[in-house]
Amino acid sequence: MTREMTGAEMVIQALKDQGVETIFGYPGGAVLPIYDEIIQQEGLEHILVRHEQGAGHAAEGYARATGKPGVVLVTSGPGATNMVTALTDALLDSIPLVCITGQVPTHLIGSDAFQECDTVGITRPCTKHNWLVRDVDDLPRILHEAFYVATSGRPGPVVVDIPKDVQFAKGTYQGPTSNPSVSHKSYRPQLKGDAQAIRIAAELMAKAKKPILYTGGGVINSGPQASQLLRELVSLTNFPITSTLMGLGAYPASGANWLGMLGMHGTYEANMAMHDCDVMVCVGARFDDRITGRIDAFAPNATKIHIDIDPSSINKNVKVDLPIIGDVGHVLEDLVRIWRTSSLKADATAMKAWWEQINAWRARNCLAYAPNADIIMPQYALQRLYEKTKDRKTYISTEVGQHQMWAAQFYGFEEPNRWLTSGGLGTMGYGLPAIIGAQVAHRDALCIDIAGDASILMNIQEMSTAVQFGLPVKVFILNNQYMGMVRQWQQLLHGNRLSHSYTESLPDFVKLAEAYGGVGFRVDKPQDLDGAIDEMIAIDRPVIFDCRVANLANCFPMIPSGKAHNEMLLPDEANDEAVANAIGAAGKALV
Amino acid sequence: MNAQNNTSALSAYFLAEVSDKTETHTLSVLVDNEPGVLARVIGLFSGRGYNIDSLTVSETEHEKHLSRITIVTTGTPMVIEQIRHQLDRLVPVHKVTDLTVESQRNNQDKPLERELALVKVVGSGDKRLEALRLSDAFRATVIDATTEHFVFEITGRSSKIEQFISIMKPLGLVEVSRTGVAAVQRGPEGL
Ligand SMILES: Cc1cc2nc3c(=O)[nH]c(=O)nc-3n(C[C@H](O)[C@H](O)[C@H](O)COP(=O)(O)OP(=O)(O)OC[C@H]3O[C@@H](n4cnc5c(N)ncnc54)[C@H](O)[C@@H]3O)c2cc1C
Ligand SMILES: Cc1ncc(C[n+]2csc(CCOP(=O)(O)OP(=O)(O)O)c2C)c(N)n1
Ligand SMILES: [Mg+2]
Repeated sequence: MTREMTGAEMVIQALKDQGVETIFGYPGGAVLPIYDEIIQQEGLEHILVRHEQGAGHAAEGYARATGKPGVVLVTSGPGATNMVTALTDALLDSIPLVCITGQVPTHLIGSDAFQECDTVGITRPCTKHNWLVRDVDDLPRILHEAFYVATSGRPGPVVVDIPKDVQFAKGTYQGPTSNPSVSHKSYRPQLKGDAQAIRIAAELMAKAKKPILYTGGGVINSGPQASQLLRELVSLTNFPITSTLMGLGAYPASGANWLGMLGMHGTYEANMAMHDCDVMVCVGARFDDRITGRIDAFAPNATKIHIDIDPSSINKNVKVDLPIIGDVGHVLEDLVRIWRTSSLKADATAMKAWWEQINAWRARNCLAYAPNADIIMPQYALQRLYEKTKDRKTYISTEVGQHQMWAAQFYGFEEPNRWLTSGGLGTMGYGLPAIIGAQVAHRDALCIDIAGDASILMNIQEMSTAVQFGLPVKVFILNNQYMGMVRQWQQLLHGNRLSHSYTESLPDFVKLAEAYGGVGFRVDKPQDLDGAIDEMIAIDRPVIFDCRVANLANCFPMIPSGKAHNEMLLPDEANDEAVANAIGAAGKALV
Repeated sequence: MNAQNNTSALSAYFLAEVSDKTETHTLSVLVDNEPGVLARVIGLFSGRGYNIDSLTVSETEHEKHLSRITIVTTGTPMVIEQIRHQLDRLVPVHKVTDLTVESQRNNQDKPLERELALVKVVGSGDKRLEALRLSDAFRATVIDATTEHFVFEITGRSSKIEQFISIMKPLGLVEVSRTGVAAVQRGPEGL
């Protein structure tokens, strides 16, 4: 379809043609022409946030909870700079975002005009790609290309910066091309894996005596079909499976082969199995430093197979033996087919011994904590929250800190796309806007932000958004009155000198909820927890649940920075002395 | 310059790598000639702590709007492989070729590499004569002169240019401008 229209109209038309139903945004001078179109149309819903960073994380949450790209519209200057954190967050976590920013008119660019900033310059390192549109006739092509780049290959955030005169100018609108991958000159991600390599992978897997599947966010990125295939592969091979923080839900936590999350705060069984395995199949994960610990002691005896769509993820941190470049779904489809149709079989005797070993590690019960009849233990709170919500269609987001790790350890995810967390950047303030994004996409679902008392204050203003749009999100604060994760590191690294990690003058969260027009709860007794959670679920409005938990609880197991997987600190060993001496001089410089 | 080495003590990533020897490679990068593309490439190197020993860029195919960037970089083999993939990941990048690896594959020592330098030397008497005599030996040409100075134009491998410059230093060298390295593969094949 080609038609004459203004740049601002093109933006709306292109979004609709790309199947966008919802955008998150905040107006300002440089996007007023687009806002003027928004109010005069139907079919594209605009969620007005209270801070542009909130729009970014809401769009991320929307994207993770739907598999579709999140779309953001913000103004020039401060609107654009407020997006930088969210863009960086989306880049590190491979979340597809299309961010449209207003810019000063082209003839004023470079003159330090009012609310001018070099948006493409500032966002170049925190986007997958970005464009400054200087001619209205380029706008439709660039907008469609933006969606293609954001969503294909390794997904990520993109920015389209549109000067105000381009929004007013008239030009010819072009609809999206039917197959952008064929038409793009230089960007063509590879989806199919090399058949030969996949065959060799299958043979390596069949010969393995101590195999493990190490899966990550790439499985979620690849779409629900990939999770299905992963489950099939597990049942065909009976291999144990672990996942990164980003991949939770791809394989169900209730599945028999599930070892729990791996890495710094992963389970004993997952990390020990990673350390001792002889064949590691990495599926859409990127050997992050939270996973590998000390690189030279990482799975020292393993033949490593790595399935990833981004060639730059291969051999970045860890040298692998068999790279397979391609989309998880495509590669797993081939792998499962080979496994089904050939005579390949897992080594049953070896697997039996391997599972016995794994079960011995499991018996260590690494997530155990000392129960308390008077004070709510944070782990207990999450166990109760899980029990009360697991049979519903539930989406969980988190902020960043101990509560995030406990959520990953204690909340069992059965499906992909139900878990929204900031892994790579670790952005405090992510959780509330992200869960708002999920709730916008799934109005009937139970949407909970598992929060910390410090993090929640970083984007608390989005309560106002939730109230305005009737989004009954639940903010479940594990309130320990500390930046718990910071305090834990100060205990480990800095002689228990708790420099500025105690938050004095926290607000009254109940009154705060009420001030925003939501509902507040405060619970500090274990016996009141269940009833209050039931009540919270029943309320069809935004809720802040101030769950007062043990102030000084710490998150274990933990692999201290710079240590190997088999040098984990377990809860029952983590007395004050062990904690104070856990990290050697060399490890102290690590993050 | 070498951020990889600087961070080795700080980051777990490089613990295993300190023993790996660094190598110098010449990469050829074919890009769309669009605004910001050079900034993307340079930002990638500075942001990720890679070295740039030399970088040249110019449009090479006008009709297709393609530019060719030639980068000489130093790093461990793992880092060089990363650089190649990271460059390839940039949306306006069409093709990245590691000319050094290609040469080795063809059993050649190195790709063809040339650099041009303009070298200004000021002096009189014996020093001036010596400068002129040496320039001849290096097959540099005089492109500007007064009774006080010469400007030499010299083309060759970077090592030759470096040698020329160091020889000119005691003879009154005042200024050098270098283009950086342009490189192509030996033999009949194109990129
Ligand atoms: C306080 C804190 C503590 C943390 N502790 C832990 C921890 O204990 N354990 C842990 O696991 N994490 C932890 N993290 C998260 C960690 O920092 C990383 O974000 C996470 O481990 C990365 O997950 P991933 O490897 O799955 O990669 P992702 O960031 O999800 O990257 C996905 C990978 O898959 C590839 N990919 C994407 N799409 C596709 C596709 N369609 N097909 C094929 N490949 C694809 C990408 O190229 C990339 O390599 C922590 C974070 C915080 C904030
Ligand atoms: C924007 C931002 N600033 C600082 C940090 C560093 N940081 C990581 S966890 C944390 C404390 C979080 O405290 P809280 O939200 O109360 O969670 P808890 O650890 O107590 O569960 C801080 C400050 C961060 N991750 N993000
Ligand atoms: Mg806290």
